[in-house]
Amino acid sequence: MPRRSIALLLVTALVVIAAPSVAQAPIRIGEINSFSGIGAPFTGPYRQAIEMVVDEINAKGGVLGRRIEVLFRDDKGQPAEAVKHAQELVAAEKVSLISGTFLSNVGLAVSDWAKQNNTLFVAAEPLTEAITWSKGHDHVFRVRPNTYEQGRMLAEKAGRMKYTKWATIGPNYEYGKRAWETFRDRLKDLKPDVQVVGEHWPTLGKLEAGPFVTAILSQNPDALYVSLFGSDWIAFVREAKKRGLFDKMFVVGILLGEPEYIDPLGLEAPEGMLVTGYPWYDIAIPAHKEFVARFTKRNDKNPVLGSLVGYVTYLSIFEALRKAGSTDTDKLVAAFRGLKVETPIGPISYRASDGQSTMGAWVGTTRLDAKRGVGIMVNHEYVPGEKVLPSDDEVKKLRSGS
Amino acid sequence: MVLFLIASGLSLIFGVTRVVNFAHGSFYMLAAYVAYTLTAALPLGAASFYVAVGLAALFLGLLGAAVEMALLRRVYRAPELYQLLLTFALVLVASDFVKLVWGSENKTGPMAPGLAGAVRIAGQLVPTYDLALIVLGPAVAAGLWWVFYRTRWGVLIRAATQDREMVALLGVDQARLFTGVFALGSLLAGLAGALQIPRQALTTVMDAAIITEAFVVVVVGGMGSVPGALLAAVVIGVIDAFGVLVLPRATLVLTFVVMAIVLVTRPWGLLGRPEAQARSAGAAIAGAHAVTVPRLVVAALVALLVAVPPLLPTFYVWVLVEILAFALFAASLHLLMGSAGMVSFGHAAAFGIGAYGAALLVRWANAPMPVAFLGAPVAAGLAAIIIGFFCVRLSSIYFAMLTLAFAQIAYAVAHQWYDVTGGDNGLLGIWPARAVASPVRYYYVALVACGAGLALLAAIGRAPFGLTLRAARDHARRAEAVGIDVRAHQWLAFIVAGVFGGLAGGTFVFLKGSVFPESLAVPVSVEPLVMVLLGGIHSLAGAPLGAALYKLLDTVVTRYTEYWQLVLGTILVVLVLAFPRGILGVLGARARD
Repeated sequence: MPRRSIALLLVTALVVIAAPSVAQAPIRIGEINSFSGIGAPFTGPYRQAIEMVVDEINAKGGVLGRRIEVLFRDDKGQPAEAVKHAQELVAAEKVSLISGTFLSNVGLAVSDWAKQNNTLFVAAEPLTEAITWSKGHDHVFRVRPNTYEQGRMLAEKAGRMKYTKWATIGPNYEYGKRAWETFRDRLKDLKPDVQVVGEHWPTLGKLEAGPFVTAILSQNPDALYVSLFGSDWIAFVREAKKRGLFDKMFVVGILLGEPEYIDPLGLEAPEGMLVTGYPWYDIAIPAHKEFVARFTKRNDKNPVLGSLVGYVTYLSIFEALRKAGSTDTDKLVAAFRGLKVETPIGPISYRASDGQSTMGAWVGTTRLDAKRGVGIMVNHEYVPGEKVLPSDDEVKKLRSGS
Repeated sequence: MVLFLIASGLSLIFGVTRVVNFAHGSFYMLAAYVAYTLTAALPLGAASFYVAVGLAALFLGLLGAAVEMALLRRVYRAPELYQLLLTFALVLVASDFVKLVWGSENKTGPMAPGLAGAVRIAGQLVPTYDLALIVLGPAVAAGLWWVFYRTRWGVLIRAATQDREMVALLGVDQARLFTGVFALGSLLAGLAGALQIPRQALTTVMDAAIITEAFVVVVVGGMGSVPGALLAAVVIGVIDAFGVLVLPRATLVLTFVVMAIVLVTRPWGLLGRPEAQARSAGAAIAGAHAVTVPRLVVAALVALLVAVPPLLPTFYVWVLVEILAFALFAASLHLLMGSAGMVSFGHAAAFGIGAYGAALLVRWANAPMPVAFLGAPVAAGLAAIIIGFFCVRLSSIYFAMLTLAFAQIAYAVAHQWYDVTGGDNGLLGIWPARAVASPVRYYYVALVACGAGLALLAAIGRAPFGLTLRAARDHARRAEAVGIDVRAHQWLAFIVAGVFGGLAGGTFVFLKGSVFPESLAVPVSVEPLVMVLLGGIHSLAGAPLGAALYKLLDTVVTRYTEYWQLVLGTILVVLVLAFPRGILGVLGARARD
């Protein structure tokens, strides 16, 4: 053996001894999400944030002295496909837990599989309340504030305004329906004289906006509650603007202040809407400013809400691993219960009663930012999850209903 | 009117070439993105948008011609349906191509300069761009009319729509005619896509959003009929516009109910006419040699399937169960497509109703797993009795589209009936009984169920019933002349296919533990079609072979690349070109030579 090789061997051996973390097998996490199809615009930036946070933690030596490795799988928007990936990730790749999902039904399918197979599932983005409440169980935790929380945040504001004649338009599935019901119920609590003059339920992803705008105008409401998003929302804005809808009524939009939805509209974004969203450009917390700077530098574009959710989800997973001191599922589940996590937007925790995180959302009003050429949120306020989540007793009732 | 443009192109292509062009929606999407980029790039000021629309349409026309010459032409000699497989592969490739080039964010296209505003008509503001489109639609229709009735080329197209073989016999160069038609059809799709950008967002799923609707317009109007497409686009547009007011929750299904009603009352669409000969889509299979698989091979395969799984890693056991379910599902479709010559675009109805049947029994009747499992084929069979009753009275593409309509109606019911089906959040917790809950044990349950199903289907194919179906497929009128009740046989075949499709769905639901409306959606209807064609339509054995190949490819490719559509689509293109009659079809022909 030449001398150089021997030297190399010695050095390698030294490195291995000096840094036992390198020698240990990495901790594997299975990430299932809708990377193609309707979810793609939202899951792309989400994935970029995960890659960033994983690189950051590995540069610091990983967790429990082990590197973190994330295996990404595309569920194609199909619940059955997501279950197949869950089977593969757990059985073949030996991941310690599963995270992700964007669509509510995909999230529910994976959650039910996790329950059956005693696997930890950290649901990042799906909004349906059922995940943590009516279909909730011990092995599922959810990061993002759900439909109920966001609808309620908006109702708290809208219920203190003068508008009484309301109409709504939303996609024809559970999200649209619940987004409206939670808002409407709270609104009526606050303002008993509220009257609903029209409900419109176009098919998701296939909105032919003209007829709907005309129909809403003919019902002549004071205010409109919108739960459309993505391409449907863009098509709606165009037709509504041409027909003067935004001049005739006050508009409330759930999620519509998120960069995912407002950025593609450019300067066509409607002004003066009450929305929930993510004003990343205007959050003063230093840790958040650093997060934005790092994400922008790495990806050459600004973060969107999905980026923040991806970042927070994996910070939570790392924290749970540390607290559990192991990758054992039972210990991880116990660690997640009541887990406290420092995130770029401040501390959040995972409630012991239902596994819902207390991450909140921002409520504000839309305005155009001519300099950047997009719509932004102004006069915004961060509403933490604790403010709108039901009490533990109420959760018990919701859970026993299933 | 945009719907009219895309549908007229589709109708034209189908009418002349008989290609069921799934990629038509992809052409529409591509044109929108091309026009979006060109508008921004052209230095022409306000004119940029209009020039870009024209250029995008022309570009798509050229692309259509190129696709026809480079790919489709190679498989014209294969059974007609193989072109469908090819266009399906193109859909996959185009989808990832758009994602690679333009990214997956939603994009907002430019407004049309000069037409961005609205005018007041009868007290309501109507966008001027919409008015322009309302004028443009009939103008294009008139232009097409002029081409068809005042040019020699148009006369040939009309003739080919009615009787393609006769036109060929008269010495017309079919290849050039087909290329021309494909170019014109694609140009219309391109025009539609480019004109859509001031109205709708650009997304990577805008192809899927439009293609079914376009097919609906084509069959409602009558295949190959441009005035029919215009009429149907208007009818469906009006029904959509007023339906949202009267039945706001029915938006999912309205167009399909309309299509079902039209097809049941007018089996050739509003302005279509009966085909010169009653040719079923499967007629192209007629006369080809059936490929038989040696018994030894079958026996060896069964022995492997029984012996090996306990030795496999768990994940592959799960994959095998999925393959078994889809093998049976594809084989049940093969009875319809292959033996009976009836191509169904709605076989998901059998699969999904079977899955829901089992899940509902568990959820609402607390049925033990064996009962629920057997409930699946019963539920699907019962549904097939009703659906089949209406569908078997139609032929070829009209039959296919009516099955699609019923599958969509079933989808909408599952999606909307929250109290019973759980709506889009589905039914959860449908797991196998404890005794067979382990992956390997459930595998054996699936092997028995699907193996028995496949064996029965093979026996049915060889029985007098199966041979009678083939007779009716190859020549319906002669079959009737010798005293066969063709319609009754086809109905029975539809029911049998439904029963086995349902059994496949039942096997699937206990594998996944949950069921969602997605199990009734269009992709679930398309997958078994692809599998049957991939494996080889001439033999029942082609269906399980295609299922295994497709599922394995899909599993492997999705695992290793983000761009699985691009890779899978390319592999499919290569497979179709290499095995233009399916794998078994080509291997069988080689073995005979």
